[in-house]
Amino acid sequence: MSGYKKPLPKPDPVTAPFWESLKKHAMKIQRCNDTGKFFFYPRGLSPFTLSDNISWESVSGRGVVHAFTIVYQNRDPAFAEDVPYVVAIVELEEGVRLMSNLVGVEPDPGHVWIGMPVEIVYDDVTEEITLPRFRPVRAT
Amino acid sequence: MRALSGKVAIVGVAESDQIGRVPDKPAIMLHAEAARSALAEAGLTKDDVDGLFTAGISTTELGEYLGIQPKVTDNTSVGGSSFVIHVGHAATAIATGRCQVALVTHGESGRSRVGMPPRVTPPDSLRGQFEAPFGLPQPVGAYALACSRHMYEFGTTKEQLAEIAVATRKWAMLNPKAYLRDPITIEDVLNSRPICWPFNLLDCCLVTDAGGAFVMTSLERARDLRQHPIVVLGFGESHTHAMISQMPSYTSFAARQSGKVAFEMAGVTHDEIDLAMIYDSFTYTVLLSLEELGFCGKGEGGAFVSGQRTAPGGAFPMNTNGGGLSYTHPGMYGVFAVIEAVRQLRHDYLDQGIRQVPDASIALVHGTGGVLSSAGTAILARY
Repeated sequence: MSGYKKPLPKPDPVTAPFWESLKKHAMKIQRCNDTGKFFFYPRGLSPFTLSDNISWESVSGRGVVHAFTIVYQNRDPAFAEDVPYVVAIVELEEGVRLMSNLVGVEPDPGHVWIGMPVEIVYDDVTEEITLPRFRPVRAT
Repeated sequence: MRALSGKVAIVGVAESDQIGRVPDKPAIMLHAEAARSALAEAGLTKDDVDGLFTAGISTTELGEYLGIQPKVTDNTSVGGSSFVIHVGHAATAIATGRCQVALVTHGESGRSRVGMPPRVTPPDSLRGQFEAPFGLPQPVGAYALACSRHMYEFGTTKEQLAEIAVATRKWAMLNPKAYLRDPITIEDVLNSRPICWPFNLLDCCLVTDAGGAFVMTSLERARDLRQHPIVVLGFGESHTHAMISQMPSYTSFAARQSGKVAFEMAGVTHDEIDLAMIYDSFTYTVLLSLEELGFCGKGEGGAFVSGQRTAPGGAFPMNTNGGGLSYTHPGMYGVFAVIEAVRQLRHDYLDQGIRQVPDASIALVHGTGGVLSSAGTAILARY
């Protein structure tokens, strides 16, 4: 067992392919084939049509910061020592949003901005679980 | 919907015997005390009650504790807005003859945590999988995320958010039951401890122990009871999501729907509202609600609250009990917004100077629940 003390997701039969894809460092999310639209979190049917005509698709893991906060205080002992840190809502290129942390950036509202381009970092926190985190895309 | 308007009245309101810090009472006793006092104020007994409404605990637990076996039971539990939503559900049940006397109760030992369920997020729940691993303090972090988007889209500032906290504290200074009564300035808010950017401590509601309750019956029966009847003119409700990561837009929420329906049903305009009780879990909750309810345009919330317009003596009397920011907030605040609106409309504070909103005859009560998830709006009027 690793020494990881923070809350870990426990995949269920519907969400397991997502977590498996992260473990392989190749994120997949679902698309509704009736509408062509992606959706997140994983579901057993399309939230747009309630159809089961859905599929798993590989995605780039690139997106932009849609919203963010800097956490300065967390009473949960698992996170209390980590403050300040960034929790962000990232909008992927495919149009879906997910919650994550930003890494590789100062946890300061002067250094993080909405619209900031970010890319996924696969964080293997245990042997079983890889969490999706994001870092700023370096200027090329 | 118009057929239900004005047919049902709120006839008794009460808090629990003490609010604030009440370490010697379990949550359900806070429900019970408030229920007992609200019934006594109405001049009714528990044997008159045939409709039971609550959230946070089951109506079965509440009915058992109070010895009530109702004809109508409604456990709509969508967060702090639930008790405002209960106003509409109870009014419908009474107006359609399903019950005669409705009791709505709330009780939470939010600060002392006596007789409260544990706060757990199962790791295989959707929140356990897709939010809990990232360390967002709930609910404050969720509202902070949403607020960041409003600042980005509309240029809303921390100073504008602070205006709300300062004005609300001025009302609390007039309320002996308020938990915090020392005056504060905008600088005090900006310099208070940072919690989750853009929120500092004074942008956030209290965490207290408190119960509240109100009693409703038909206007016809209300005319023979002790209190001046306060009628229900309109109500609406909705919700859009459970997790903040799933909120469709961080600058719009279910209040847009609940408010529209409530105003249409009531047949009143925004200019006719004498006071507004707007759920204030965080300063941003208020600012966004004012926009979504149509008191100002989209993105104009910051300007609307500036210059202490919502303070005592201001153009827009709001949260006149001191709100969740300064009076009490045990976790779900909605019932207390209803209670204060009723007292203002009854003119209970006539001998207390500016505490009483002059000639208050129509009030809007708005509840927000979860993480900007749910909304309930009620428009009440002095009969």
